[in-house]
Amino acid sequence: MSYAQAACAALERAMEGDERVVALGEDVGRGGIFGQYRGLQQKFGAARVIDTPICEATIMGASVGMALAGLKPVVEMRVVDFALCAMDEIVNQAAKSRFMFGGQGRVPLVARMPIGIWAGSAAQHSQSLEAWFAHVPGLVVAAPATPQDNYSLLAAAIECGDPVIYMEHKELWGLQQEVDADQQVELGKARVLQEGSDVTLVTWSRTAHAALEAVEKASARGISVEVIDLRTIWPWDREAVLASAAKTKRLLVAHEAVRTAGFGAEIAAEVAEQLGVRVKRLGSPRIPVGYSKPLEDEARVGSGKILEALETLMQAPM
Amino acid sequence: MVRIRAFENAAEEASKGGVAAFGANLGDAKVRGPLHLSTGQEAVAAGVCTHLARTDLMTSTHRGHGHTIAKGASLDAMMCELFGRASGCNGGKGGSMHIADFSVGMLGANGVVAAGIPIAVGAAHALKVRGEEAIVACFFGDGAINRGPFLEGLNWAAIHRLRILFVCEDNRWSATTATDAMTAGDGALARACAIGVPGEQVDGNDVFAVAAAAHRQIEYVRSGAGPRVLHATTYRVKGHVSVDPAKYQVDRAIEDDPIAAALGRLLSIGAEKALLDAIRTQAEVEVEGAVLAAGSGPWPDRGAAYTDIQDTGAGRWLE
Repeated sequence: MSYAQAACAALERAMEGDERVVALGEDVGRGGIFGQYRGLQQKFGAARVIDTPICEATIMGASVGMALAGLKPVVEMRVVDFALCAMDEIVNQAAKSRFMFGGQGRVPLVARMPIGIWAGSAAQHSQSLEAWFAHVPGLVVAAPATPQDNYSLLAAAIECGDPVIYMEHKELWGLQQEVDADQQVELGKARVLQEGSDVTLVTWSRTAHAALEAVEKASARGISVEVIDLRTIWPWDREAVLASAAKTKRLLVAHEAVRTAGFGAEIAAEVAEQLGVRVKRLGSPRIPVGYSKPLEDEARVGSGKILEALETLMQAPM
Repeated sequence: MVRIRAFENAAEEASKGGVAAFGANLGDAKVRGPLHLSTGQEAVAAGVCTHLARTDLMTSTHRGHGHTIAKGASLDAMMCELFGRASGCNGGKGGSMHIADFSVGMLGANGVVAAGIPIAVGAAHALKVRGEEAIVACFFGDGAINRGPFLEGLNWAAIHRLRILFVCEDNRWSATTATDAMTAGDGALARACAIGVPGEQVDGNDVFAVAAAAHRQIEYVRSGAGPRVLHATTYRVKGHVSVDPAKYQVDRAIEDDPIAAALGRLLSIGAEKALLDAIRTQAEVEVEGAVLAAGSGPWPDRGAAYTDIQDTGAGRWLE
C-alpha cells in the first residue's frame, strides 16, 4: 500500500466508524490531487466528502464551525504553503476556541497540509513549516514518514479530539509498505528506526529516509548511529530522545525545514539543557527553494549532508 | 434592548482606566482590556434574535455583548466574565472579546474582524450534514465586508444552500475610521446580492423594522431555500473601545437613540408608561445584581491557565 493509499484507508475506516467524520477541501471529490481521497466521495457521498471552492481561509474557518457544532472534519489544505492563507483560522480560531470559550466547545479537526520539497515546484510549493505550528499552544503537529505511520497516525489524529496539523510529505506519496490496519500509533511517541551507540540522530518525515541512507554509510566508517523518527513534532517524544542522547552523548537533529528557528533548535536546546551533551542541528539553509535543480538541491537535506554532519559531530571534542 | 443598554452602561463604568490606549491611564479597573460597547446598536440584536430559538446558533463580533444577551445568555455569567471571574461564562478565559454561551447556541464573539463568518458558515454546514433544521445567525460589522471571509463565506453558504442569516450590523465605523471612505461600491447588500445572497436593508435603529425584516429573511432561511443577508444601518454611539473618547465622531442626535424611538412608538400605540418604566427598572436591577455577583465572584485558580487547551500532550506546558 502506498503512503497516499494508507491515509485514504485510515480516513475511510474513520468515516465508516463515526458519522461525525467528514472530509473537505479542494478537489477531494475527485480523489485529491495526490489520490489521498480516492474513492471516498463515491462511497460516502458528496455530503460527507465535501468539495470546496478555492478559499483556504474559509475552508479552515468553516471546519472550525463544523467542529464547534459537533462534526470531526478532516481538512485538506493541498500544501502547507496554501495553509498560510488560513493562518488566522488555524492559529486564532482552531487553536484558541476551546480555551478562550472556557471549555464550552472544542475543535476536533485534522488539517492536512503536505510539506516538503516536491521536485521542480519552487518556492511556494516546497516549504516545511512544522515549527510554525509547534509554536502554537492548542495544536498537535504530526509528520509521518512511512505508509504505516500515515495510516496509524491519521487514525490517531482523527480520534484525539484536538486540532491536529497533519503534515504528509509530497515526495513520499508513492512510497510502498505493507500496512497493518490494526497497528495503533500513539501521538507523541517516536520510533527508533535503528539502534546505535555513538550518536543519536533525531529526524522526521522524508528526512528519516535520507537519515537511514546516511547511517548505513556512517556504519561503514565505524560510526554507530541511533536513528529516531520523531513522528509527532508536538508533543515530541522528549523521553525517548533524552534516553537515547544520555546513552550516546551526542545529538544530531536533521530536518528539511530551514535550520534557523527550526524545530531541531528546540530539541537541541532541550537536550543540551538537560544533559549537557554535544548537539548539532542540520536543516535547509535559510533560502527560498529554487526552481532549477541545482538551486533546489541546495535546499535539500540529503544523506550526504547528514553523513558530513555525523562525522563533524564525531570529530568534535566531547 | 434596555437590558443590553443597562449592561453596556455598567460595563463601561467598570472599565474606566482598564486599558492604556487613546490617552487613558491604566488604573485599577474591574473590567480590563479593550471593551467594545454596542450602546446605540441594541435594536439590531433585539430585532433579529427575537426570531431565534435556543437551538439556533449564532456567531458574533468583538462588539458582541448585545447579541449574546439577546440570544438569552445570563447577565450574571456575562458580567462575571468581563470581571475575569471563574464564575464567568468562559471561566474568565475569554473576557469581552470572546464572550460565549454555548448553552444558548451562542458560539462566541471573536476578536478578529470577519472571522466569525466562516465559523458561522461551518456551523450551518454541520447542521445540514446532521440533518437538523436549526439556523445560524451570523453577525458582523460594516468593516468586515472589506475582508476576504465575507466573499468566501457568503459564496460557500450560497453554493451549499445553507440555513444562515448574515446580519451586517453597520455602525459606520471601522475602528476609528469612517467605513464609507474605505469601501468601494454600494456596500454590504449590493456585494451580497452580487455573490448570490439576496436580502434587504433596514433602519437598524428601528427595532420594529428590524424585527419585521428579520422575520421575512429568517422565514426564507428556515425554508431551506438558501442564505439571506440583512443589512441594518445603525450608529456606534461610543468610541471603538470604551476608553476611546471618539472625538472624530460627529455628535449623534438623541432622537436617533433606538431605545427612545422604541419607547415613543410603544407609547403612541397605547402602551402604558408605567409598564415601560417597570421593564427598564427591572433591567437595571438585573444588571446591578450582575455587577454585585461579578464583584464578589471567585478568581480563577492559577491552574485554570493550563486547562482547556488540548488533551494530546496535556501537562507538558513548560517544555
